[in-house]
Amino acid sequence: MKADPKGVLTGSHTLTGNHACAEGAFAAGCRFLGLYPIVPSLEISERFLERAPEVGATFIQMEDEVSVLAAVLGASWTGKKSMTVTSGPGLSLMMEHLGLGIMLETPCVIVDIQRVGPALGMPGRPAQGDMMQARWGSHGDYEIIALSPSSPQEMFDYTIKAFNLSERYRIPVALMSDAYVAHLQEKVVIPPAEEIEIEPRRYYKGAKDKYLPFKRDKDFVPRMVNIGDGYKFHVTGLTHDDRGYPVMNEECQEYNVHPLVWKVRNYVDEIIEVQEAETEDAEVIIISYGATSRAALKAMEQARKSGVKVGSLRLVTVWPFPEKRVAELAKKVKAFVVPEMNFGQVVLEVERCSYGDTNTFFVSHGENGVENTDDLLSAIKQAVQADKVESGIIEFNKGV
Amino acid sequence: MKAKETKMKEIHSAPSKKGEIHPMENLLRMDRMPHIWCPSCGIGLAVTAFASALEKANMDPNMVSIVSGIGCTGRVAGYVKLDSFHTTHGRPIAFGTGIRVANPKIKVVVFSGDGDLIAIGGNHFIHAARRNIDMLVVCVNNFIYAMTGGQVAPTTPLAAYATTSPYGCVEPPFNIPYIADSSGAVYVARWTTLHVRRLINSLAEALQKKGFSVVEVISPCGMYYSRINKLGDGLDMMKFYHDNVEIRHGEDTKNLDIGFQTKIICGKFVDRERPSYMERYNQWLSGVKGGSRDEG
Repeated sequence: MKADPKGVLTGSHTLTGNHACAEGAFAAGCRFLGLYPIVPSLEISERFLERAPEVGATFIQMEDEVSVLAAVLGASWTGKKSMTVTSGPGLSLMMEHLGLGIMLETPCVIVDIQRVGPALGMPGRPAQGDMMQARWGSHGDYEIIALSPSSPQEMFDYTIKAFNLSERYRIPVALMSDAYVAHLQEKVVIPPAEEIEIEPRRYYKGAKDKYLPFKRDKDFVPRMVNIGDGYKFHVTGLTHDDRGYPVMNEECQEYNVHPLVWKVRNYVDEIIEVQEAETEDAEVIIISYGATSRAALKAMEQARKSGVKVGSLRLVTVWPFPEKRVAELAKKVKAFVVPEMNFGQVVLEVERCSYGDTNTFFVSHGENGVENTDDLLSAIKQAVQADKVESGIIEFNKGV
Repeated sequence: MKAKETKMKEIHSAPSKKGEIHPMENLLRMDRMPHIWCPSCGIGLAVTAFASALEKANMDPNMVSIVSGIGCTGRVAGYVKLDSFHTTHGRPIAFGTGIRVANPKIKVVVFSGDGDLIAIGGNHFIHAARRNIDMLVVCVNNFIYAMTGGQVAPTTPLAAYATTSPYGCVEPPFNIPYIADSSGAVYVARWTTLHVRRLINSLAEALQKKGFSVVEVISPCGMYYSRINKLGDGLDMMKFYHDNVEIRHGEDTKNLDIGFQTKIICGKFVDRERPSYMERYNQWLSGVKGGSRDEG
């Protein structure tokens, strides 16, 4: 399906990451925004509200982030593609309904413009400290899909991708950006509507009285209907059968909840997108995502110039994590270097998936000078010099 | 990990006897009976009254969506044959707000308990009232957290016992109609499950009202509230309502506090007009170039 031209602002623009995200949402067909004001995500909402009347979208500012995601889920069941935008403290409050969204298999997009935490941290400053929360923050077992853009253009592109994935897999998708990318202003090219691929909602088309809201189709995803279409369906956050009725036993838990995990794990090859550069002959590979990818690519070039064979693996989808590819590369390289704007989150996955085949260096990337490559280059130097595989993560020490 | 097709055994509740047709079969999920509520509980009466009100108000069941939270009353959405959502604790009003704003053709009914709507969901309750979201909220008040076994609630009368107020409740309770009224609800009424006909009329009236309407339904909880407080069984509670309810339409909502085994004032207290959220939204939108929106 092609994008609805009503939401597509075709042309070449200079946009901030936040504004590009709002345009990406419109292009993806998003017609409902639930919001609660929080720095540094606000400009997404402001742009959305400004353009909503001409695009034909609706919005509401709720009383807190708890109610925001509840409203987004309700709106999604009316057939409107729905999203919310927030930052760390808001994401914490959304964990309750992230779980409900997973359990009710409700497509929606949660944009998290990460800021320094924990608690209030430093509201306007960039960080990547919510990566593990997005993956594990709600209680119980689930899988999540999370994307990480590193430029305003990618804020546009990946917002569309996030909506497409959420419809394809009937799952909330997190767009994990940060204050740096959100406030960065760059050229953003918005293609004509007919060049934008949109994943339509997978609707049930059978007899009204035969509808089962959680009966999995061949693609492992149950079909949806809209409120008001006369199906009189029931859904519950309790463990449920195909009819959406609660059933309190282990057998139903296996039947209902295990597929919530499979529906992502079985399709990792379709979902996962990574961008590789110069990994063929690399002895050190920088694994990065989001804003730190900008520094990673720069550091790669600089290191190559000085004769060190460095490659880059960029995670477009951070969750699910590209376990297979990281394990393959671990066999070939002397070390992975992982820069993150936190004190070590996704690096845990990198180290785990290396299975002891290579060293994993962690570089805690300061928020001052996101694109500064000094620490990365020093870490690469250290990585090349290491003569044996250490157990565990080696934290790059700026003092060394 | 490979996907496998687990064949689900038939996990149905006992089906109704052949040939027996319940008069409300079109509005209740008979395949889910028997329900989970205890003998002497009043929630079933409230549901029956609601189903009757849907018919009385001539609502198109395809266009009504019911949302519940968590708790005994939270199970209501699961027994009513409408597009129905059993959501999170305290958040059905927020979930319903999303439905209503995204599709203003849908009449949203939130059916939940006092703990769900007034304790954990209190914030959503007052804000939906303030916005005047088109929504009927049916709040079944049994003075206690019953699903979890009888804990003190923000509606438990002073001095009443609960498992978490073993020496008697020391917190003054909320007066639900007063909160609804002062937050901006356009329709506020209170009945007990004894006043079935009045309750049906009130619910039917509230269903047709544009804006945020609240009907509080005082209900016996024989298993916990009455047992812990030694008030007898469901029938004794109904007798108590019979002898102690005073109907005072139009009473100032300030005067509607409920004490431990004191007089309960019932009636329709508020019935007024105020622009609903969607009315204001559309008004704003019509002033903006290019905007158009369904009637709400």
